[in-house]
Amino acid sequence: MITTLFSAPPPKPSLFERFKKAVEKTRDTFVEQIDDIFQGRKVIDEELLEELEMTLISGDLGVRTTDEILDQIRRQLSRKELSDPSQLKESIARHMIEILQKAGDGKVRAVGSPQVVLVVGVNGTGKTTTIGKLANRLKSEGKKVLLAAGDTFRAAATEQLEVWGERTGIEVIKQKAGADPSAVLYDALQAAKARGVDVVVVDTAGRLHNKAGLMSELEKIRRTAGRLVDGAPHETLLVLDAVTGQNGLEQARQFTETAGVTGLVLTKLDGTAKGGIAVAIARELNLPIRYVGVGEKIGDLEEFDAESFVRALFQA
Amino acid sequence: MFENLSDKLQRVFKNLRGEGKLTEANVQDALKEIRLALLEADVNFKVVKQLIENIRTKALGQEVLTAFSPTEQVVKIVKDELIRILGSTESKLRFANTPPSVYMIVGLQGSGKTTSTGKLANWLAKNGHRPQLVSVDVYRPAAREQLRVVAGQIGAPIYVGEPGEARPLELAKAAKREAVQTGRDVVLVDTAGRLHIDEELMVELEQLKKELQPTEILFVADAMTGQDAVKSAEAFHNRLGVTGVILTKMDGDARGGAALSIRQVTGRPLKFVGVGEKPDQFELFYPDRVVSRILGMGDVLSLIEKVEETIDKKDALEMQEKILENEFTLEDFLKQLRSLKKLGSLESLLGMLPNVGPFKELQGAQIDPKEMGRVESIISSMTAKERKNHEIINGSRRRRIARGSGCSVQEVNQLLKQYREARKMMRAMTGGLKKGGLKRKQKGAKGRGGRAPIAYDPQGFPGFFGR
Ligand SMILES: Nc1nc2c(ncn2[C@@H]2O[C@H](COP(=O)(O)OP(=O)(O)OP(=O)(O)O)[C@@H](O)[C@H]2O)c(=O)[nH]1
Ligand SMILES: Nc1nc2c(ncn2[C@@H]2O[C@H](COP(=O)(O)OP(=O)(O)OP(=O)(O)O)[C@@H](O)[C@H]2O)c(=O)[nH]1
Ligand SMILES: [Mg+2]
Ligand SMILES: [Mg+2]
Repeated sequence: MITTLFSAPPPKPSLFERFKKAVEKTRDTFVEQIDDIFQGRKVIDEELLEELEMTLISGDLGVRTTDEILDQIRRQLSRKELSDPSQLKESIARHMIEILQKAGDGKVRAVGSPQVVLVVGVNGTGKTTTIGKLANRLKSEGKKVLLAAGDTFRAAATEQLEVWGERTGIEVIKQKAGADPSAVLYDALQAAKARGVDVVVVDTAGRLHNKAGLMSELEKIRRTAGRLVDGAPHETLLVLDAVTGQNGLEQARQFTETAGVTGLVLTKLDGTAKGGIAVAIARELNLPIRYVGVGEKIGDLEEFDAESFVRALFQA
Repeated sequence: MFENLSDKLQRVFKNLRGEGKLTEANVQDALKEIRLALLEADVNFKVVKQLIENIRTKALGQEVLTAFSPTEQVVKIVKDELIRILGSTESKLRFANTPPSVYMIVGLQGSGKTTSTGKLANWLAKNGHRPQLVSVDVYRPAAREQLRVVAGQIGAPIYVGEPGEARPLELAKAAKREAVQTGRDVVLVDTAGRLHIDEELMVELEQLKKELQPTEILFVADAMTGQDAVKSAEAFHNRLGVTGVILTKMDGDARGGAALSIRQVTGRPLKFVGVGEKPDQFELFYPDRVVSRILGMGDVLSLIEKVEETIDKKDALEMQEKILENEFTLEDFLKQLRSLKKLGSLESLLGMLPNVGPFKELQGAQIDPKEMGRVESIISSMTAKERKNHEIINGSRRRRIARGSGCSVQEVNQLLKQYREARKMMRAMTGGLKKGGLKRKQKGAKGRGGRAPIAYDPQGFPGFFGR
């Protein structure tokens, strides 16, 4: 159910404890939360379905995914498999959780040595910040980590990653602004091999998925990684901002096609946006959400939990 | 790919032409399609609801004119309504009576504030002002360094503060003092990204506003924003009284419905759009363009502009001549492909085209970069003579070219076939142009300087596109 990059559970009991508690809490309150919409309803009528539709659309699930979910409900209604509102909510929630869990089976990909994790996405979604948090998490799991400053384009992108390097006590391999990102990666992988590093996390410049030139730069980065380390990149994480609307689906499509995305990170879930487009993405592209970003601090990265995610979708 | 609103309405009104009035029943179906289009474009559902009501009222009882199809009538109603909401193009920046004017740049994390601050400074400088920059983002790693680099790129002065100073308010006040001393007339204050529900940081902005008395408070929003746009925009506006909006990342392919949502909840004009990461990729906001884009009807004006920027006009004219004279050689073919490549992703261009007529087949088409590379290497393996006259390329020449380019003979054959078809189609296209076939679509480009001939049209490269 839960997907992690690496098989070893976090050694720190506090983290694990925290996570377990979160899941338990989720189980208890999950059904109650959805209750809000259904309060006082005796029958499932069009009005109720419409309200439900609005809830899903306002969570950025998109009209298509929403309609699909509602169509399924309508079929169940006409077959009399469903009649009272309490069954309805369970049915919808189960359906969505199913979509999300199907996408992520928690399987860990072949572990490389070093394991190369490429982080991609459109501009400003939270790639660099996520890398800082992820590096910290990996380090606390006992891994030897190295960061590659592959964003040589944006002003002070390298300096930004370097601050994360200082915060986490992890070395950052860089070149000067304007350098070829593949060259930075080359240096980083050589260094990683020489020093027996377990994981190299590679930052890349934000790029819009409709820019062919920038997308093919990613292909080159991937080729470079593959030439130096067998099977690299082993993970390619697409960082998606939770405020993203329907365009998120196209982002996921394009990055998957050219950059071979293996998982999503959904950031800024500490805001009021629900990130519902991730459901559409999971459904169409079968991409698991690996982590969620819930703040700007070093500890604000959590493993994805489908149930609490779906629960949040139903909260106003 | 989405069908555009026009097509959908066409289906709805299939049988209506000349039926008299738009009635409740036939308007209902049309409204459904309009609602869908708006939601797909990320317009907030509450805003959509309100819009639909307005459109219903305006559409009902309208005479169906024989000259126009009901589709065109309804599309016009929708467009007018959206443009009405988005406001006029008059959204000038304001300046304080006694300089310097202070502009605060605010918004959510990663929306594009720092980049837009640089762009705005660049724009102001080009329009006769003397901007001065300051970053009060003391939180995000290297945020102040980022603005410093940006300032260097555009050659604008930046106030970096005394070493160790990390208080936003002090930084901003000192920057203002410096502006007075150095005769700068606008101080651009780049603030840290923050969530609208972050009480502490929202209070910080209120304090900055109180102390700095800014003339403009510009809310920077990402064009890819979904339904949540209303919440953040509303919160920022309620706390600060936003004076204008900058919509960034419009060079992407998001429909940008958030623009409508933000305008609706703040009532404040959109002033600029960001169309790239570089300092000069910044434009004034034009409501009609964004409306066309939201409805998926193509942003033809932006397309023409983009093409004009990229393609050397002389080159293009020359090319068109050649096509008309049937002298379009393989060399020209390659040149065309290269300029297409320069144009960036074909898909983003296609997104700007109206999804009608000859453009329709092209929706969703894509130039395969691998194929492009292959064509380049095949043509470069030809002799100058072969490139000038493809007819001399016989079997043995084909084999040689194949060897030289590392491709198969079939691939060489295929390319020659594509080239011949391209020639044929381009001739047909330019013939159509002469008869005025494309004029109508380019209407409105009037007065914006010469327009590029359409010799670059992707239609000219059949067999090149495919998913
Ligand atoms: N509230 C919140 N802010 C976040 C989160 N993740 C990132 N941010 C903030 O979002 C902004 C952008 O983050 P970056 O890490 O710079 O994003 P990026 O994708 O690397 O950006 P580019 O490299 O410019 O494309 C910064 O202000 C981060 O602090 C999150 O989970 N929650
Ligand atoms: N393609 C494109 N990218 C843009 C545009 N505007 C900004 N960006 C990119 O978006 C990312 C974030 O921009 P910033 O200016 O750092 O955003 P910010 O709002 O200052 O971010 P924080 O200070 O971290 O909240 C960077 O990668 C910019 O290059 C635009 O109009 N088009
Ligand atoms: Mg970054
Ligand atoms: Mg910034």
